[in-house]
Formats: sequence, structure tokens, C-alpha cells
Amino acid sequence: MSSIIVVGMNHKTAPVEVREQLALACREHVNPLRLLPHLDHVDELYYLSTCNRVEFLFTCQCRDEALREVGFLLNKHLGNPSTADLASYVYTHEGLEAVVHLFRVASSLDSMVVGEPQILGQIKSAYREATECRTVGVILNRLLHKAFSVAKRVRSETSIGSHAVSISYAAVELARKIFGTLEEKRVLLVGAGEMVELAAEHFLSHGVRHMTVANRTLERAIDLARQFKANTVSFEHILDTLKNVDIVLSSTGSPEPILRYQDVRSRMRERRNRPIFFIDIAVPRDVDPRINQIDNVYLYDIDDLQGIIDLNRDQRKKEAERAEHIVAEEALKFVTWLHTLDVVPTIVALKNKAEAIRLGELRRTFSQLPHLTDRDRESLELLTRSIVKKLLHDPIVFLKKKAERESRQTFADFTQQLFNLEDGTGICGSSLTEGQVDVKRIK
Amino acid sequence: MESVFLVIATLCYCLGTVGYLIYLVRDWTPVHRTSWWILFIGVIFHGISFALRSFQEEHLAVTSSAEALSFFALVLVSTYLIVQVRLQLRILGSFVSPLAVIFMLASTLLPSHIIPKSGIFQSGWVVLHVSTLFLANALFALAFSAGVMYLLQERHIKHKSFGYLYNRLPSLDRLDTINYFCLIIGFPLMTVGLVVGFAYAGNIWRSPWNWDPKEIFALITWIIYAILLHERLTVGWRGRRAAWMAIFGFSLVLVTFLGVNLFLKGHHTVFVR
Repeated sequence: MSSIIVVGMNHKTAPVEVREQLALACREHVNPLRLLPHLDHVDELYYLSTCNRVEFLFTCQCRDEALREVGFLLNKHLGNPSTADLASYVYTHEGLEAVVHLFRVASSLDSMVVGEPQILGQIKSAYREATECRTVGVILNRLLHKAFSVAKRVRSETSIGSHAVSISYAAVELARKIFGTLEEKRVLLVGAGEMVELAAEHFLSHGVRHMTVANRTLERAIDLARQFKANTVSFEHILDTLKNVDIVLSSTGSPEPILRYQDVRSRMRERRNRPIFFIDIAVPRDVDPRINQIDNVYLYDIDDLQGIIDLNRDQRKKEAERAEHIVAEEALKFVTWLHTLDVVPTIVALKNKAEAIRLGELRRTFSQLPHLTDRDRESLELLTRSIVKKLLHDPIVFLKKKAERESRQTFADFTQQLFNLEDGTGICGSSLTEGQVDVKRIK
Repeated sequence: MESVFLVIATLCYCLGTVGYLIYLVRDWTPVHRTSWWILFIGVIFHGISFALRSFQEEHLAVTSSAEALSFFALVLVSTYLIVQVRLQLRILGSFVSPLAVIFMLASTLLPSHIIPKSGIFQSGWVVLHVSTLFLANALFALAFSAGVMYLLQERHIKHKSFGYLYNRLPSLDRLDTINYFCLIIGFPLMTVGLVVGFAYAGNIWRSPWNWDPKEIFALITWIIYAILLHERLTVGWRGRRAAWMAIFGFSLVLVTFLGVNLFLKGHHTVFVR
């Protein structure tokens, strides 16, 4: 019988240096997927490496041998640390536990920031790589596809992903509470750093079409503007644009405030009091904090946004509990399916044997009766095929039904003995003899 | 018979309000839908009761404070139901339906004399005067509710303290739009109602303006809303200030409507006691 095993390390179990080293070794020296042919006891393999985790997911017939091989691989990639160290970094999950673990990772329940959406994309691309290397088969294919659908279900049935936990996301959520829709709104980006870029992406994905970039160095401003199809405005003319923009996102390295109380106040009448939202993620701050007192002007600095994030994190924790329930339910379903696989080789062997007998007997009959026409032969062919099919129907249905039970191995072994089948499930050896013991007990 | 219907209507309003208050705390669509229908049934019973009573008295049954208030609740709930279908702002119900219940309960406490029948109520002018003004007031009540919601939500955002309602209340822009919508429809209705009132007064009392307290307050209310509308259209007043004006305006409506009926003697008291 196949078992599913996860071996890996994440941000909770291993320090970043160790994860780094492993990820780097996997990327640069030898991709683990390419090593599969050398791993004799590992059947299917999938490997995931993100900044927070490195994981090997594999199926095997003999767990001890396979674990030893994967452990050896890890050791080599890590530059042979002492085994005691390795054991403390690495976690191993088997069977149901492994399935639950994968589902939790895919649903972002095991992430450093619970609910962050990137992990699913990372798993998908890791899976794509594994399919390209042809290292995944029936079980892992189905398992990973199931993981994607579980992640989707968690996302749609709980609000785990809907509470802002990044600065830029929190800013967009606030803007939506002020303006409703952001589609017709104009955004001014002051500064062109990484934070500004990230926030601009969020605004873009929420339908903002008019963006303007102001930066002290024009080249960078033009770069960013091209990326988001935005306009540029020179740094000196920022105050003039205040008349038209609805959202101002500021993140410059300026030691002095860029926007003062009076600058904004005097422009509100020109704006006909349309609301304006300042997001100041610079430290030291770019916007005078007093402008929050002006009617229809809203100002959030980095600490305010952080406050929202902390609040949402608690909310997320509650949603995570509901998500865990979904994961547990789906994992159980998958393991049930996995068990039905145990009887498949027996069924296949049974069918093969019957087919071999049928073909052999037909051949003999045909050689003894050379005068048969083609139509007669065809009829005989059809006759034998339907006899075999009808005869095997009940045993196969019986096996499939028993596949969901604990005792399935007994029934599989019993069937193998009954029909004297050679190709059993137990490559690892003893399942047939175990079966004999069980059969004796049943007698 | 009509009082039985009135009791059923009041019960429906109470039940609908409970539903809407639950909806305020929990985002369950079925709760909203059920509450809407309960309010709708309430409106039907209330309407029948009002029609029966008007038929009995042979003029619109709004001649006592109790009747007027009850009729106002009817118009308010009907207006909300229509606005909800039109604008889809469900949470507004949680703020409007309690108002309706308060008015219904208050109307049972107020004096309800049936005054002698008189020819002056049977004019079409009275019907027009009453219906436009009540509809305008109902819209102002909605603007008042939207104003309260706006102030709550603005407080959340300005003070950066996010209570539970923050997630349930709509965006500031949305609330401000509702406020404007109610004003832009309510104000012309109010103007028509007042003009008709003055014209009819001029007709039966020889003078359109009689320094009646009700007239004075009505004019003040009208001026307040006129200022709000004017400032909105010219300077672009909006947000907090507009919300406060809507709240202030509706308070004046209530004073005109009830306070004057109950505490001040005047011309209107001849027929509204």
C-alpha cells in the first residue's frame, strides 16, 4: 500500500540560515526532482521551496527505506550537519497527517501571515515543475488538485483572506470605505520606492485608472509611471495637483513635511469639499498630522495602518478555526479515496488473469476449428468476453465496496489467494503472508 | 376593525425592526429579506386601516396628532421600502425601522380626538398639501438616518477606532449620496406642500400668512433645507456638515409637526388637536 509522507522545514522549525541553505542547494546544485530516478524507494515526488518553507512530499511503498533516502538527500544538500541538528529542524508527517499538512499550507493556515494569498500560487508553480519533470503520478496529482480546491473553498467560505494584513491592502480597504468604488478616482503617488510600487499595484487591481507619480528623481518617476500607465508631475507642482486627486500616497525620504496644514486647507474650497485621503507611509512623516482635522480630509500614517493590521489579525484567527474544520473534513475524504487504491492492483491482476485465460483458450479453440468463418470467430470472441465480464463483475464490486473499510487488505489478499494471482500489492514483502494469517483467523 | 389592523401593523413594524437590528449585527441576507417582507405586510395592514378610518371620517385621517403621527409612520416605512428596492442600501432599514416603531408607539400615547366634520377638509388641496408634506418629511427622515450613519462612520475613520459597525456601514460617499438624493427629491415636495397650504389658507382665511406658530416653524424648516441644498449645489457642502444639517432639519420637522400641535396654540389647532 502506498503511503504519503511530507518531510520539510518551515519558519517555525528551522532558522532562516538553514532554510536558505537548503533552498539554495536545491536550486543551484541538484534539483531534487531530477534525483527521483536515484531514489529507489520513492514513487512520486513533489518539492516546494518558498522563503518560509522547504518541503518534500512523496509517496512510497516502504516508508523506512524511503525516509532514509530522503533524509540522506537532505543531509547532503545541507552539507552534512549532525543528525541531531537535522532532526530538530525537520518535521515528518505521514498519511492523514501529511494530507492535512498540505491542505493547511495551501489554504495559508500554516503561513507566517495567516491568510496571505501568495502561497497557493507558489504551490501551483511547484506542482507545474513537478509535472514537467514527470515526478508526480496518480496519487500526488489528485492530492495537489484537491489541495487547490480546498484552498479555494477555504477562501470562499471563510473570510480568512478578507482582512487586510499588509499596509497597502489596509490602505486600499480604507479608501473603499471613504469613496465606495475607486474606479473613477485619481491617485497621486509621491515618491517612487518599493512601498509606493506595492500600493500602486493594489490600487490598480481595484480599478484605479488615473495615477500620477511625483518623485525628486525624474527617471525613477518615469519608470514607475510606465509600469502603471501613469502620468508624472514634477515635485514642485504637487500642491497644484491637490485640486484634482482623491488619494495621495506619500513615501519619500524627506526630513521635512511635504504637505502642510495650510496647503491643504486652502485648497478644499477649490475642490468643492470633495473628500481627499492622504496615506503617509513615510518615516519621518511627509504630511502634517493636523490636516486630519480638516473636514472631508482623512489622513492615515504608518502607525494607524499598523493598528488596523493588528486588529484584523485577531479577526483572522477566528476565521482560521473555521478553515481548519474544512481542511480536516477534506483530508478525511481524500484518505478514504486513497484507501480505495489499495484494492486496485488486485482488481487489475484479476482482470489480467481472466483475460489471459480467455485469450489462451480462444486461441486453442480456433486452432482446433479452422473451418470457422470470421463472423463465427467474432461471435465466439464476444461470447467469451461477456462470460468473463459477468463472472468478474460481482467480485470486483465486492472489492471496491470493501475498499473503504479497514479490513480491505484482508479481502485483497484473500482474493489474490483465491484466484492465485501473482501481481499483488505487497512489493514490500509481507502483506501476502500477513493476509494468510488473517485468513486463518477468519476461518 | 381598523384598530385591529393598526395593532397588526404595529406588531409587524416591531418584528421587522427586530429583524433589521439582527441584520445590523449579522450579515445574513435571509434576515434582511424576511424583515423587508414583514414591513411590507405591516404597510398593507396599516394602509387598509388608514383607508377605513378616512372613509369613516370622510376626510384624510390626519386631523389629530395621533393620527398624523401614525400616518407619518406609514409614509416613512413605505418610502423606505421603495428606496430600498431602488438604492439597495439594506443597512438603512436598521436605522429607519426603529423610527417607525417609535412613531407608532408615540401615536398611541397622544390624544386622539375626533373633531367635528367640516367641509374644509374635503378639498383636494388638503389631500395634496398633506401627501406632499408627509412624503417630504419621510424623505427627510431617511436623510436624517443616513446622516446619523454618516457621522458614525466618519467617526470611525477620522478617529481610527473601528467598532463593529465599521464593517457593516457603507462607504461615506454612499451615505452622502443618499443624503443628497433625499434632499433633492424632498425639498421640491416640501415646497409644493407649503405653497398649496398657503394658497388654501389664503382661500379660506382670507390671508395666506397668519403668524401661526406652525407656519413660522414650517418656514424656518424650509429655509434650513433651502440653505443646505443651496450650499450643496454651489459651494459643494457635503459630508459631516451636510449630515448635521440633515439631522438638524429633521429635528425642526418634528418640532413643527408635533411640538406645535401639542404645546402651542394657533390657527392649525383649529383642526389639528
